[in-house]
Formats: sequence, structure tokens, C-alpha cells
Amino acid sequence: MSDKPFRVLPRVTPQNEHFWRGGAEGELRFLRCQPCGSYIHPPTPVCPACLSRDVAPSAVSGRATVVTFTLNHQPWVPSPDHPYVIAIVEIEEQPDVRLMTNIVGCPPEAVRIGMPVRVCFEQHEDVFIPVFEPASA
Amino acid sequence: MEVLERRAVITGIGQSDIGRRLGRDPLGLTLDACLAAIDDAGLTRKDIDGIATYPGAMGGAPGFTGAGVAEVHDALRLELDWFCGSMETSGQLGSVANACLAVACGLATHVLCFRSVWESTAQGKGGRPPIGAGGGAAGGKFRASGPMMEFTLPFRAYSAANWVALFAQRHFHEFGTTREQLAQIALTARINAADNPRAIYRDPMSLDDYLAARLISTPFCLFDCDVPVDGATAVIVSRDEAATGLRRPPIRVEAVGTALRGRPSWDQFDDLTTMALRDASAMLWERTDLRPGDVAVAELYDGFSFIALAWLEALGFCGRGEGGPFIEGGKRIARDGEIPLNTHGGQLSAGRLHGYGFLHEACVQLWGEGGARQVPGDPRVAVAAAGGGPLAGCLLLTRA
Repeated sequence: MSDKPFRVLPRVTPQNEHFWRGGAEGELRFLRCQPCGSYIHPPTPVCPACLSRDVAPSAVSGRATVVTFTLNHQPWVPSPDHPYVIAIVEIEEQPDVRLMTNIVGCPPEAVRIGMPVRVCFEQHEDVFIPVFEPASA
Repeated sequence: MEVLERRAVITGIGQSDIGRRLGRDPLGLTLDACLAAIDDAGLTRKDIDGIATYPGAMGGAPGFTGAGVAEVHDALRLELDWFCGSMETSGQLGSVANACLAVACGLATHVLCFRSVWESTAQGKGGRPPIGAGGGAAGGKFRASGPMMEFTLPFRAYSAANWVALFAQRHFHEFGTTREQLAQIALTARINAADNPRAIYRDPMSLDDYLAARLISTPFCLFDCDVPVDGATAVIVSRDEAATGLRRPPIRVEAVGTALRGRPSWDQFDDLTTMALRDASAMLWERTDLRPGDVAVAELYDGFSFIALAWLEALGFCGRGEGGPFIEGGKRIARDGEIPLNTHGGQLSAGRLHGYGFLHEACVQLWGEGGARQVPGDPRVAVAAAGGGPLAGCLLLTRA
């Protein structure tokens, strides 16, 4: 546990459980509209594309691309691993579904916009935080 | 279509003391600003029949709000016909746009608008606190929820510094913007602050000073981040026919920009090189025949330096993506440049009055009362803009 940084954990609800606990089965999951196929994030009970109410959790490949990032140097919360990388990635299945996340598994200086990454999970209590590592690693 | 907000005018402005760790009662600061603005307009509290404020009363976030509607209402024993205090509006100046509509529609005649902060005293002796991490960092059972916090805090993105840095980095990537260019927002603010006795940081700062400062969240260093203060600002928004015979020549609200057409989100907005301010700016120009070239002075939110650059682009002072070269060297945005920027020192050097400081300074400039920092040429048109990320609102102001 000691190698994991402190994280504020999300409040898990029936609406977001698929996202925050999908990592228990190694899956990155989003709500998906069953009729039109759109992934929906953050989760809402009505598809924003077609207004269908027929939405259900669905796993994606976990492959994504870094669209922007920042190296956080400021110790907002004490931790030995500054600077660490905060990034926004877009998922391979649908580029307008983005996640703010962290890039791990490489030196912070190696992160680039456009870099292919893949999901991995960091467990804290009952939550599996989806973070990303270089796809080539 | 009548541009209804054009029936609204600004008739008075006021500010409290502004400083670091003043240790003052926040309601007292707020009332100082409110009474100063009422007096500045040549009105008395009996004339005030409306209140608009941002964000209004709210819990959490120590120091983020010094007073809500009800506290000011009751302290001044006002008789109100209309009031509104909310953070679910078009940024900090959304409250002023609301006031414009209230007077234009006849719901009120003279609306007291205010924004009050005491973040410097609230943060105590420590550094700037993270957003929302306090309970968790203290080992408590705090859990993030709500669309803004749920998908940011668990990824250690504790501060708006991180959230805005993500936009800045994307802008750097797409357009080749550099830290040396971005520095001009901070350096220009500092030059202007030297001539503002009420500014917080007035000592000269060089590009080398800027580049040597510690990094906060790349590409931002310390001097890209505004300085928390205690202070309150108030303005009086009046219906135009009620402004005749008052102390000051009224400043007309030519147009407001309140749009948010993209997704209301820090990370899901469609274009990560700009923000909601793109939409607010577009709407502003849809409501007037004036053009960016008519604007004599621009007071643009710089909670983080990049936000001011993004406003410059969105408002059309330069093209999309051209902000870096436009501000390079600082000449174009200097007090005697083609579009003087943040003539009081912005939030970067004059203090984080959170949006209303820009409106206050726009009025100072239009009334020709800037003293040593007054822009030349008798300015008649100014823009005041506030907000970053999903927050954005702007006002185009004219003096006859």
C-alpha cells in the first residue's frame, strides 16, 4: 500500500459503480447507449446523443491517447512522488469521451501529447482508480 | 431584436480595503464596498431595490465568499424588489448580467452587485489550499462527488491550477505558444500594478525572475497564478432613465456575453485550447455593432495567466491560436499599446478579487480616474471579462 500515493476517493453510487469498480475485473467501463452505441461520460440516465433511456455499462478496450497533460509540482497534499503527471486522455472507441487521469509507469518527462496509453488500475479500499501507462511498456 | 441589457447603466463603484490576511470580518469588508458604491453613485440605501452577487452564501471553500444576499440585505435593512445570489451562472460577472436584466425588465431600479472574498485570511499561515482535499488529507472519510470533483480529485488534480494548466499545455502543443510569451501576461500586470497603490505586488519583475520561479503545474510557475486576498468590490447597476442627475456620467452596458454552448466541464469541453469564454465572447459580439477594434481597454480575467490569453483570442483582439505571438514582448498589451490589458495589475499582481476587480477597473478607466495608470486617449469603450474553464461572462461597456 505504501507505494500508492494518497488519493481523495470518489463517493461510489449505483450510478457510477460500474466506472469506479470495473477495475476489479480489469475492465474500464462506461455507460453505453444500447440503440445508438454512444458511450456516455460522466454517466447520465438518458443518452445525450439520441435521448434513449436504454443505457447500460459496457467495457472498452482500455486503449487511449493523451490529449493534454501537466506535471504537478505543487505539494497540495504531501507525497514523495512530485512531480506527477495529470493528463486528459481520449478513449480509442470514441474520442469525445475523455478522462482526466494520471500517467504512470514512465518518467514524467517522457509523457507527450499524442502518446498511446492503456489503462491500469490502482486499488484504494473499494475503488479502482483508472490510470494509464504507455501502451508500449 | 432589442438588446435589452442596453437599458442598464453602471452608476457607481466601490471597494473595501484589499490586502493579504487583513483579519477583518468578511461581512464588514463587504459592507464597506457596498456603502462606498452606493455613495459613489450619489444614492442612499433607500434607493437600492435589488441585490445580485456571486456566488452567494455557500458552505465549504473557506474564504470563497464573504457574504450572501441575505446578510447584506439585512445588515443594510434594504427593501428589495428583486435579488439573486448564485454560482450557477455565467461566471462571476453573470451576476452583473442578471442585474442588467432585472433593471431592464423593471423588476428593480438600482441593483447593488457585489463580490467579496477573504481567502487570504481563511488560508491562515499556510500555503494556498487544495480544492476539496482537506477532509481526505486529514485522514477523514471525505469522498468526492458532483461533476466537478468526482472526476478530478481522485486523479490528484486538486487545484484549478492543474485544470487550467491542461488547457494551456494543449494550446502550447497546437500553436507553439511558449512560456516566454505567456510571461507577458504576468509581466504586464506587474508593470501596471506599480502604478496602482492598492495592488498587492508592485515591485518590478523581469522575464528572468518569471522563468526562475518555482513550477506549480507545467507550464505554470508561481507567477502564472493569482494571489489570494481579502477584499470586496461592489457596483451599482441602474435602469438608464433612473440615472439622470446622479453623480457620475453613466456607463452603458452595450452588450453582455453569457453563453456556454459547449459542455459545462473542465475536461469534456470540445476544444481544449479555449474554454467557455469562447462562447461568451462570441455572444457578446453577436449583440452589438461595435467591433474589437473599437475597444480602448481590456480587463480580462487572469486567475491564471493563460485565461487572459484565451480571452484575448476569444474576444477577437487576435486570431485563434495567435495569442502567443500577439503578446510577445508585451508592447501590444501595454498601457500605451493597441489593447491595454489589466491596467490595475490584474488578479496576478493586484489580488484575486475574483472577477469584479476587472469590472471595477474598466469603470475607473472609462471615467478617466486611473491616475498614473490611466490609459491615454479618453477611452470610451471597455470590455470586462471574468471566468475560466466552464465559467465565463463578459460585459462591453461604453461611456457617452
